[in-house]
Amino acid sequence: MAQDNNREVIYGLYDDEEDLLRAVKLAKTDHLDIYDVFSPFPVHGLDPLLGLEESRLHQAGFIYGALGTMTAFLGMSWIFTKDWPNIFGGKPYWSVPAFIPITFELTVLFAAIGMTVTFYVINGLGPGVVNKHLDDRITDDKFCIAFDKSSVSSEKAQAFFKSTGASEVNSKTI
Amino acid sequence: MSAVVSSIRKPLITGHKTYHQITEDLISPTEKTPTKEWVIGFVLSVAVLTYGVFCILWTIWVGIGSWNLNRTINWSWDITNFVWWIGIGHAGTLISAILLLFRQKWRTGVNRAAEAMTIFAVMCASLFPLIHMGRIWLAMFILPYPNTRGPIWPNFNSPLLWDVFAISTYLTVSLLFWYTGLVPDFATVRDRAKGLRRKIYNTLSFGWTGSAKHWQRWESLSLVLAGISTPLVLSVHTIVSFDFATSVIPGWHTTIFPPYFVAGAIFSGFAMVLTLMIITRKLLHLEDYITIEHIESMNKVILLTGTIVGVAYLTELFIAWYSGYVYEQFAFFNRALGPYWWSYFGMMFCNVISPQFFWKKSWRRNITLTFFLSIVVNIGMWFERFVIIATTLARDYLPSSWSLYSPSWVEIGIYIGTFGLFFTCYLIFVRVAPVVAVAEIKAILKSGGDQYVGENAIHHHSHHEDNHGSSHNEHH
Repeated sequence: MAQDNNREVIYGLYDDEEDLLRAVKLAKTDHLDIYDVFSPFPVHGLDPLLGLEESRLHQAGFIYGALGTMTAFLGMSWIFTKDWPNIFGGKPYWSVPAFIPITFELTVLFAAIGMTVTFYVINGLGPGVVNKHLDDRITDDKFCIAFDKSSVSSEKAQAFFKSTGASEVNSKTI
Repeated sequence: MSAVVSSIRKPLITGHKTYHQITEDLISPTEKTPTKEWVIGFVLSVAVLTYGVFCILWTIWVGIGSWNLNRTINWSWDITNFVWWIGIGHAGTLISAILLLFRQKWRTGVNRAAEAMTIFAVMCASLFPLIHMGRIWLAMFILPYPNTRGPIWPNFNSPLLWDVFAISTYLTVSLLFWYTGLVPDFATVRDRAKGLRRKIYNTLSFGWTGSAKHWQRWESLSLVLAGISTPLVLSVHTIVSFDFATSVIPGWHTTIFPPYFVAGAIFSGFAMVLTLMIITRKLLHLEDYITIEHIESMNKVILLTGTIVGVAYLTELFIAWYSGYVYEQFAFFNRALGPYWWSYFGMMFCNVISPQFFWKKSWRRNITLTFFLSIVVNIGMWFERFVIIATTLARDYLPSSWSLYSPSWVEIGIYIGTFGLFFTCYLIFVRVAPVVAVAEIKAILKSGGDQYVGENAIHHHSHHEDNHGSSHNEHH
């Protein structure tokens, strides 16, 4: 999610992912606009509740892979028929079966590098990036729901966290 | 956690762990001062590595003549070690990729360390062909790039070049897969640290926050990387086997090589994972995360792949006889009864007989026996490569060229040195990163923790069902 500067958030910490899921569901029925949810591990069943669309990363991966296939196959074809035609072992210049292993490897290589780089870029992650985070225990054992104070008032949020059994409620500017 | 977990499944995490305890148990080894065992191990590894580096420099300075290769046996110790290390590297990707696709949850206990092993083993492996080129300063000739040397390109029809692509792709993809898994765990280390340590781990964790969208993409990325790593890991040893299978050497040019090499690679890889994990779990007290169940599962893989390898050996012998081709028949006769008969029978014993012990359940669950046999298997797999490479070349078409081979001190030093490289990297890894994937263990706690499944479960099963977010619809 976009990291705007100076966003006032109020967040509640839960001790268990089941409490978190129940709370997120309630927030949805109460029409409370959740800013973000943080957890120490991927909580299954959370994405549809938050209305997160399926990631399109794998589609990007397919395009990168196809790019790798073309680079390898067209590259080798051009080199061995136009730039540097040579006869190896009496085989034709354009010996397609011999190109298959390298074509496959470059498909995988391009897809893997492309997807991984895309993953870090769209998430705003990378070496040297400092993202302000709400609580140190979110990477340990706490599950966090955060509301933007500009869309959900503090009182409303407090009442919500109390009714859903949050173990702690805090505010922070991130 | 969308899969329904049978209550008769054995727990994968014992000791009634909470999320916080998991963090404590798995992160604290990186926070404590190193133990005496670690320091001794590290000093030893670095010493061995230093000797290896000396031998490599000797090779580069003096030339390949310092090795005992000759005109007949022009591949031997070096390529044996190369194939051996590459094989060891195969378990990591098998565990992290193929077992992820098959939803084998026990992989979470060992995948991190196995992937690390993969990377270090591939580093050790790729060293051998590089120095075997002789003039390592011309190593860039193997890379295809537009150049002013003609232009002159590498031979894309050659399996040796396919190997360059396969191994560099394998190393890169394994590294990306491994590191992406490490990022959330580095964030956990960061959030427990202070001062400079926190800054360092913030850099390593890439600023990870644990946002729901990030986790969603992280899972998507892991799944696709697993999906493309699966054919990749099978392709790598297939292509290594092409180095031999596409040649015209009797005993090498057989179509059985690719599957037989892949099975052998997984076989030796799992053996190395077991050797390392049995030591690691003991020294870092990870018995609750790498349980007997994990060891038993890996022993089953060893039994399966060892048996496949055994069948492949027998098939080779049968086909050599059945082919009616006298050169092929001689190649196998020579392997078994020629001057290197001891390596053939060593291979047969270590790879075919020794894994058969694991048919017995109590032996699969015996740690001492497993540790011993895991080393036996790796010796056997080393013999296999030596048998294929050196003994085949020793008796070629022309009896006047027949030759014998024994390694020089430089070759032995380089091989020993790769152990130094491997263990130095591994020991640094266990100090810097959590050896078991913290976030992934937490994610399987409710389906694999012993308070939820197994005989001693204290939570009622219906509570577990709540995970799926299905049964509490009626509450609201």
